[in-house]
Amino acid sequence: MDNLKRVHFFSAILSFVLAAGFTAVRAQDAPDVGPHPPQPVKAMESHIGNIAGHSAGGKSDYRRYCAGCHGDLGDGNGENAVWLDPKPRNFTLATFKCRSTLTGTLPTDEDLFNTIARGLTNSNMPIWNTFTKQQRADLVAYIKTFSPRWEKEKPGDAIKIPAEPPVTIESISHGKALFTKLECWKCHGPQGKGDGPSAATLTDSQDNPIRPYNFAGGGDDSRFKCGSTNSDIYKIFITGVDGTPMPSFADVIQPNDAWDLVHFLRTLQVKRHSKENDVLKAAGGAIPAYVEKQAAAPASQSENRPAAPASQSENRAAGGGN
Amino acid sequence: MRTSKPCIAILMAMLCPALMFGGTISGKVTYTGTPVRQKPIDMSKEPSCAKQHATPVTTETVVTGTNNTLDNVVVYISAGGDDANAPAQAVTFTQKGCQYLPHVIALHTGQELQVVNADQTSHNIHPLAKVNREWNKSQPPGSPAIQDKFDQPEFISVKCNIHPWMHGWFVVLKTNHYSISKDGGFSLPNLPPGKYTVTAWHEDYGTQTQDVTITGNETKAIDFSFKAKAY
Repeated sequence: MDNLKRVHFFSAILSFVLAAGFTAVRAQDAPDVGPHPPQPVKAMESHIGNIAGHSAGGKSDYRRYCAGCHGDLGDGNGENAVWLDPKPRNFTLATFKCRSTLTGTLPTDEDLFNTIARGLTNSNMPIWNTFTKQQRADLVAYIKTFSPRWEKEKPGDAIKIPAEPPVTIESISHGKALFTKLECWKCHGPQGKGDGPSAATLTDSQDNPIRPYNFAGGGDDSRFKCGSTNSDIYKIFITGVDGTPMPSFADVIQPNDAWDLVHFLRTLQVKRHSKENDVLKAAGGAIPAYVEKQAAAPASQSENRPAAPASQSENRAAGGGN
Repeated sequence: MRTSKPCIAILMAMLCPALMFGGTISGKVTYTGTPVRQKPIDMSKEPSCAKQHATPVTTETVVTGTNNTLDNVVVYISAGGDDANAPAQAVTFTQKGCQYLPHVIALHTGQELQVVNADQTSHNIHPLAKVNREWNKSQPPGSPAIQDKFDQPEFISVKCNIHPWMHGWFVVLKTNHYSISKDGGFSLPNLPPGKYTVTAWHEDYGTQTQDVTITGNETKAIDFSFKAKAY
């Protein structure tokens, strides 16, 4: 009996090996569905100020520091990716969150260069300030080898941000009116806590759940995904955060109105010391209701505010531009 | 100058039959099996939209008509057609009552798209393009139409992140010969004689193709039948 069992056992193994062999032979005739051998990559460059980056120079750093999450193929499927939320960027799509360019366009080299150094808060992307500028420039060039879009398209034009007018209680009040009118609260919540009526249903473009930014959460060290200055906030809602539910407001907010919204958003950061919160405190701590006629603010309020209607439309074209 | 008029007359004589009296491919799109039940949409979080619907609207993943007919199937010439340019007029996609009207639009590469917000609430239009550029724009009530174009053929899923039930499709094609089935019916007129591949695409049931040869001004009838997905 033992012998018979053994024979059965071996014949089972034999038939398994044979079957596997046949499958292997058949697989060669089967349609090409497996992973493709790596294509020869076109060398890419990046230019940040007077620094020129080269993809060949970025390869070893990428494989050493980036591939663990972003993957050898740049598709965001590195071995750590399954454990991460939000997911690492998939460079083969060439869709980037932090841009100075309009929605749907490629970011500038400088945008990517800054993102690497800044890291992305509320994610696993650390601050890579240990790299030299040359290393970062080379990495930017290397990232561009993953999508053919970088060969076919030019980066979008960087939006023009007018100089920031002074923070006033009127500016904050107008910003609050815009926050209501543009329905920012639908996702970010009336107090900016990231708890608006649509917040729970949001997904990114890969169908992964994603949270709207909670303004009220952080203290003095709070950062946004794409920076921490007032100009960065301006940039975020004008360009949108591509690949996420956050749309671009470039066509619907005038440049100086945008600054009013920035000033109001700062007051949502209740635990953070800011000039906006100081102005609010000095005004008694409550934001007065916005009165429509204040829209035509006197030119003396700020030299940067366009005085004449003619220059306003010019400014509109520059900042909100298409 | 003297020869130009007869030339035009000859050209017209050659072109007109092909353009005006060409062949037609038409037929019905049906399904077999039981389509998944469409769910009623709860718009209570958006009262300005909810009040526009006396009875709750449903999802539109599978829209059917009488006699097992299937709607919102894009039937188009995928091979053999002329390489005509994009028409000058824009294709309009309207947001009304927190729905996309229509649920599926088809347009030529390079043809202008106009997205209109007819609601009293903000929408964001977010075409989740993978071949074309993905973009995402806010459109508060009263703002002008958003205009854009797509350069590459692609079936682009479109959504509004603020109202997660809103979902539609931009079907970007390299042909002007397309028809979106209504009560299952479709018609592709003005086809010059030739061999064509006709593709039928449904957002949930996938694609089917058939080869059709047109000679002269005939009308060829072809039908498509999709197997309903059980889930």
